[in-house]
Amino acid sequence: MGVAFRGTQPPASTPAPWSVAFAVTDEGPWQLNRFPGREVVGCARRVPALVIPSPGSPAHARATDLRDGPSWLDAPYPVLVLDADGTLADLNPAARHVLAGHGEEKGARRDGVPAWLADAHRGLTDGAGGPAAAPPAAGEIAGRFFEAHPGPAADGSATWWLVDATGRHEAERSLRGARRQAEIRARVSSTLLSSLNVPRCAEVATQTASEHLADAALLVLPPVGRRYAVTHALRGGRAVHTSRRIDPRDVPGLAEALQGYPPVPARWIDPAALPEWVVPAGFDGAVGSVIVAPLPGHGVPAGALVLLRSGTEDAFTADEEEFARLFAARAGAALSAARLYSEQSAITTTLMRELLPPTLENVHGVDYAGRYRAASDHERIGGDFYDVHAGADSSRETFVVLGDVAGKGLEAAVLTGKIRNTLHALLPLASDHEQVLTLLNGALLSSHHTRFATLVLACVRRADDGRVRLRLTSAGHMPPLIVRADGRVEEAATHGTLVGALPSISVRTAEEWLAPGETCLLYTDGITEARGGPLGDELFGEHRLRQALRECAGMPGEAVVERVQMLAAQWLGTGAHDDMATVAVSAPRTARR
Amino acid sequence: MSGTPLSAAELRERLWQAVIEGGEFEAVDAVRAGLDAGWEEEALLLDVVAAVQERIGAEWAADRITVAQEHAATAINERVITALVHRRPADRPAGPYRGRVTVSCVDGEWHAFPARLVAEVLRLRGWRVDYLGAQTPTPHLVAHQHRTNSDAVLLSGSISTHLPAAHAAITACQAVGVPVVAGGRAFGADGRYARALGADAWAPDARGAAAALEAGLARPAAARNTVDDLPHLADQEYTMVVRSRSRLVKQVLADLESRFPAMGAYSDAQRERTAEDLVHIMDFLATALYLDDAEVFTGFLRWTAEVLTARGVPVHSLVSGLDIIGEQLHDFPRGLRLVREGAAALRDGAAAGAAGTAV
Repeated sequence: MGVAFRGTQPPASTPAPWSVAFAVTDEGPWQLNRFPGREVVGCARRVPALVIPSPGSPAHARATDLRDGPSWLDAPYPVLVLDADGTLADLNPAARHVLAGHGEEKGARRDGVPAWLADAHRGLTDGAGGPAAAPPAAGEIAGRFFEAHPGPAADGSATWWLVDATGRHEAERSLRGARRQAEIRARVSSTLLSSLNVPRCAEVATQTASEHLADAALLVLPPVGRRYAVTHALRGGRAVHTSRRIDPRDVPGLAEALQGYPPVPARWIDPAALPEWVVPAGFDGAVGSVIVAPLPGHGVPAGALVLLRSGTEDAFTADEEEFARLFAARAGAALSAARLYSEQSAITTTLMRELLPPTLENVHGVDYAGRYRAASDHERIGGDFYDVHAGADSSRETFVVLGDVAGKGLEAAVLTGKIRNTLHALLPLASDHEQVLTLLNGALLSSHHTRFATLVLACVRRADDGRVRLRLTSAGHMPPLIVRADGRVEEAATHGTLVGALPSISVRTAEEWLAPGETCLLYTDGITEARGGPLGDELFGEHRLRQALRECAGMPGEAVVERVQMLAAQWLGTGAHDDMATVAVSAPRTARR
Repeated sequence: MSGTPLSAAELRERLWQAVIEGGEFEAVDAVRAGLDAGWEEEALLLDVVAAVQERIGAEWAADRITVAQEHAATAINERVITALVHRRPADRPAGPYRGRVTVSCVDGEWHAFPARLVAEVLRLRGWRVDYLGAQTPTPHLVAHQHRTNSDAVLLSGSISTHLPAAHAAITACQAVGVPVVAGGRAFGADGRYARALGADAWAPDARGAAAALEAGLARPAAARNTVDDLPHLADQEYTMVVRSRSRLVKQVLADLESRFPAMGAYSDAQRERTAEDLVHIMDFLATALYLDDAEVFTGFLRWTAEVLTARGVPVHSLVSGLDIIGEQLHDFPRGLRLVREGAAALRDGAAAGAAGTAV
């Protein structure tokens, strides 16, 4: 039975092999087989608590050396006997062998008993037998790691069995190291990948690198023109961005690393060959080792990482080099993703600029205010649009348009752009609404778009008496609502057919006057068809819109559009909705001086 | 600069008169007079314009001005800020910015005024400010952080029902490495909800926001798990109440009508107002569940009671509504406790009010 254990390191809970042999010999192999499939460890645990059958009183240890059976002196484990005051009383050859190595070490006891074992022995004799569950005494002897199991005797002496646990100890240490590294890597990865902003990624990469890999880290991004964005961080410090005109060939390996292709390995370079700009201000002492690592950018050059260590620190271990490679890969992925995002977002911003609703203000003594909410929260544009084209001077009419293209999202937004451009080109004809709409209708019918649109056109001019004259034409759109000073809400008497669907159109234009403080509201059906409310499933509807406008009497235009959009938004709650656009044309209450 | 310095009280009164009468030019003149008298722009913004804005809200709550007047006054006050900002001298040192920050309202928040004040004060103090304004969807706020790499986000919230949305915004900004300073009435008079939601700092006002930025904010470390902030959400009560809000409102309305026959004579508009009131109650209840904080709900009820009393509506109707809501929430121990505490607070308040009148 005991043979099964020979040559392996028993785990902590396993008693020394000879005692297992003692305990199970009577039962033979049966004990093990009773738990087929279970490991020896599980079996051994079934052995009653370790009662080391003392081969005799330690004081007379040699008297037991009868050699008529196995003796502890033959045990393949170091065994030593310490008497009550801690003096080494006896030991077996294995122990002698181990202690001999230790005794040569500086500061060791002359008899070779290690301090940790002496302490444990004192604890055992003083502590009146500590709790049995206490972890076994353990420590190093001559570079190996031992656990010590005591067999106390009544006279205060104890037999100490030493179990060599070096292998497990090493395994545990490397497991702890690996866990820590995995944790750092996970944290570094998630930090690196958290931002899609290139400068921010560069900050995170240099700060993290200087924290875990080097005393200082520099990140050089591919050049824009002849300037290079360089980010550097010292350990424990904040990242600093600079933009420099440098020659990357001054740093061996940097030019190749920045090209991104062909792949080049990270390389060690001679610190003496470094140009001055590579060493950040505040770097302590001389540079001891430098490594230049390319950042793999998956098709786009992502930059290069330069790691600096001061002379006093060790060079990189194999583990650290591997970590550095992994770090470079993660940082490269993060930076190239951020680069792609910023390029895409710059393109989107440029293309969208023309499609965004304009900011409205006072034009020729008339107040204009607009508000727009796109159907989905992650878009800023959609199928509704408005524009205000100022007249050449205050004697000319200002042309206002608000419209709604069938559908929503980007495709609808693209068509709103075309309509807005077409109307812009038709401005010289703007005073004739019917002609403008006929031309627009023709243009839409001949385009490949199958969408149609509804519009409201308004020509606005302020008269000398402070009143504002409006000519309003609806093409298949909800007629504008006029908020009178006394709170009445009137509908402009205009109607007409939508554009882009039928070969010809017919419209009727209405003329309205606004007194100072009065407002004409142009809106799209996203407002009235907002579904929600306290009961969750009702339309906001024109009735509620009119009711809300009645309370808006005398408000400035921007307050009116804000209130209408707010009520509609509150009505919706978190529900889905269409694009919602509102434009207010108001005659100012106070004359502009 | 003219001879006699104008006091804050004088300027406030002059601006108040102008905004309440809808006099844009008189309002602008009022702050210009302050500038001429040697006032700093920041002090004018915070000690005069902001103070008048606060008064507008208080006057509305007390039913002394209409909703239209409130909106008109706010719009004019906004124009006053614009006029103050636009007159800024061109010879202001165009030195390097202290840093770049984003000022935004919580998703769903319409009260942009406090955020606007913060934005202008920070600009005055040398920050480059991206002001995103009211009703900013959280995805826009986060996309803006990716585009600009702000040093901080200043998040403004006035109504506590937006706190769950604020929580989403705070964690999202922190996840991309941007610290968040929370401010505004929604986060509590002492900033307790800013702390509960894991904001990096809380500022009671615009000066506090500037001070928090000037003190410096550390970049938030690795992303944390949102649910760890509020472990009580595991009971799902918040989710259930939010999801079944419309059904609960309908049920409570039906119960109210069967118990109070007078409601049968309500017009559609009156019935809708009642339903809206119930929605508000449910929203604040949900927020209190989200934060596991009774004060969110009780504070709202107390405020509602004041607004109702100012408009001559008896508070006991609110208490009856709460009782019926409580019956609907029998499966929600936390929700039920909040409703009972709220109703008790209202009864105590009403009793105290009655006692006060008797004396």
